[in-house]
Amino acid sequence: MSERYYTKKHEWVLVDGKEATIGISDYAQDQLGDIVFIELPDVDDEFEKEEDFGVVESVKAASDLYMPISGKVIEVNEDLEDAPELVNEDALSNWMIKVEVTSPDEVEELLTEAEYKDFIEEE
Amino acid sequence: MRKYDHVIFELSNPHRRAYEIPKNDIEEVSLDSFLPKNTLRKEAPELPQVSQVDLMRHYTNLSNKNYGVDTGFYPLGSCTMKYNPKINEDMARLPYFSKSHPMQDVDTVQGNLQLMDELDQMLSEITGMDKMTLQPIAGSHGEMTGLMLMKAYHQDNGEDHRTKIIVPDSSHGTNPASATMAGFDIVEIESRENGEVDLDALKEALGDDIAGLMLTNPNTLGLFETQITEISALVHEAGGLLYYDGANMNAIMGKTRPGDMGFDIIHLNLHKTFSTPHGGGGPGSGPVGVKERLIKYLPVPFVKKEETGYRLDYDYPKSIGKVSNYYGNFGIYLRAYTYILSMGRDGLKKASEVAVLNANYILSSLKSHYKIAVDRHCMHECVFAGLRKEIAEMPVVNIAKRLLDYGHHPPTVYFPLIVHEAIMIEPTETESKEMLDEFIEAMKAIAEEAKTDPETVKGAPYTMPVKKLDEVGAARNPIVRWSPKES
Repeated sequence: MSERYYTKKHEWVLVDGKEATIGISDYAQDQLGDIVFIELPDVDDEFEKEEDFGVVESVKAASDLYMPISGKVIEVNEDLEDAPELVNEDALSNWMIKVEVTSPDEVEELLTEAEYKDFIEEE
Repeated sequence: MRKYDHVIFELSNPHRRAYEIPKNDIEEVSLDSFLPKNTLRKEAPELPQVSQVDLMRHYTNLSNKNYGVDTGFYPLGSCTMKYNPKINEDMARLPYFSKSHPMQDVDTVQGNLQLMDELDQMLSEITGMDKMTLQPIAGSHGEMTGLMLMKAYHQDNGEDHRTKIIVPDSSHGTNPASATMAGFDIVEIESRENGEVDLDALKEALGDDIAGLMLTNPNTLGLFETQITEISALVHEAGGLLYYDGANMNAIMGKTRPGDMGFDIIHLNLHKTFSTPHGGGGPGSGPVGVKERLIKYLPVPFVKKEETGYRLDYDYPKSIGKVSNYYGNFGIYLRAYTYILSMGRDGLKKASEVAVLNANYILSSLKSHYKIAVDRHCMHECVFAGLRKEIAEMPVVNIAKRLLDYGHHPPTVYFPLIVHEAIMIEPTETESKEMLDEFIEAMKAIAEEAKTDPETVKGAPYTMPVKKLDEVGAARNPIVRWSPKES
């Protein structure tokens, strides 16, 4: 089982070989409140690390989603289109996109779970 | 009639009429004799059919539910909901103006042109710019126009590669939206803790692909950007232009000017700073001002004063063209012009001083109960980051809803985005100390309630025509069309 890494913008990524799964943290969903809409990219779209790849909209605000790692989209979680509340229920198992990783080394620049916990405590 | 909650369709009764059109004495022609069949409806539209008295009562009852600056305190941060003196309306209704038409020969509307020319000069003087266009009909429209000017400038100088606009992460959402609409890409830079621009982040973002920087000053946290001259020097050195979002102009009239800070293009919101009606009751007006080197790109026509009188000059080949039908929202110019003349030079300065004083009075009065976002004197608005931890934990949305029961319009909440649980209060200069005290007492009472009786706060409002709304349900499953109740 690979380790989950986080960004300071509250996305998580799980890397398994050439494939990475991306979602938002439990802290992020809690801060956003009830999510009412999630806009995700299309399969085959390519993004650089830190580029925005979608939008999460809650009753409070709309927030961009940022790539934790560069890659090409190979799968999008279509369930979220009709049921964005799934992310509120469980942000870690309800992933947003899967990508083919282009620069695996980028993971090393991300936060480990423990580092992320420290980071949100300071926030 | 406070409980009145009908939709006009519910009052409908076939064959009732509010007004009968007199019988036509011209021979009737059937529609299908001159319109293609596929353009004709097969069934009559289901319009409500009501008598005149029902119609009047319906809308009068609905209008009684309105809340506005004429009924109460409206501290909506970033919106400058100041009271609009009624002399503005009197002047706008003068028949010489209200009955004039934009297609009239200019010789017959010399007064209108004079007013536009003089308003341009007044606004230019107040902001330190060289020339304004009055055409844009909203702040966002002004932004769009300003960015088109920026693009025209760079293209004219052979710098097509300048395709990016820098916006701080504290900026108004319209800034990146307008830049995107105008065909630019956005580079967002993080703000420092106090909401000011991070000079290092700015330096890193600047380059020969940058068209310009969009900024408000005071910034979105209601704080004056103290490094503004360094910022403008950096942007200009890199070949970019500075755009000033006039959203917060109410803080600085007669004190400092965007033109003197180094801004090249600005927009104003006449409906904020210059006391013209707001939002849906508007219409809005977002004049754009520029420095000398950008004048030739401004929208046509220009109002020109000549020996024989005023005329409209379209002879600006580099102009971005018209951005509004006719000449923009002329009725609004009258109101802003009246406001500026009735306030005068000293009055406008005083307005900004009192706006800043009022905001600071609220800031210092509420800091016992609410957490200050950045602990320093604010300008025309103050930002809190929710309740102080030792008082209670309560989402600000509930505090805002509870404030309705105390009879006040809530402040802006959850904006700026960079402040957690933001409450943004802009009292404006037109409120008395008594009103500010009443609001402060209400905010403190709600803070106490959050501690002693949190459920009451969470269930608010209780006194409004509609109670706590299911905002999540409305966003996820919106019902946007009325349909008759099944009987």
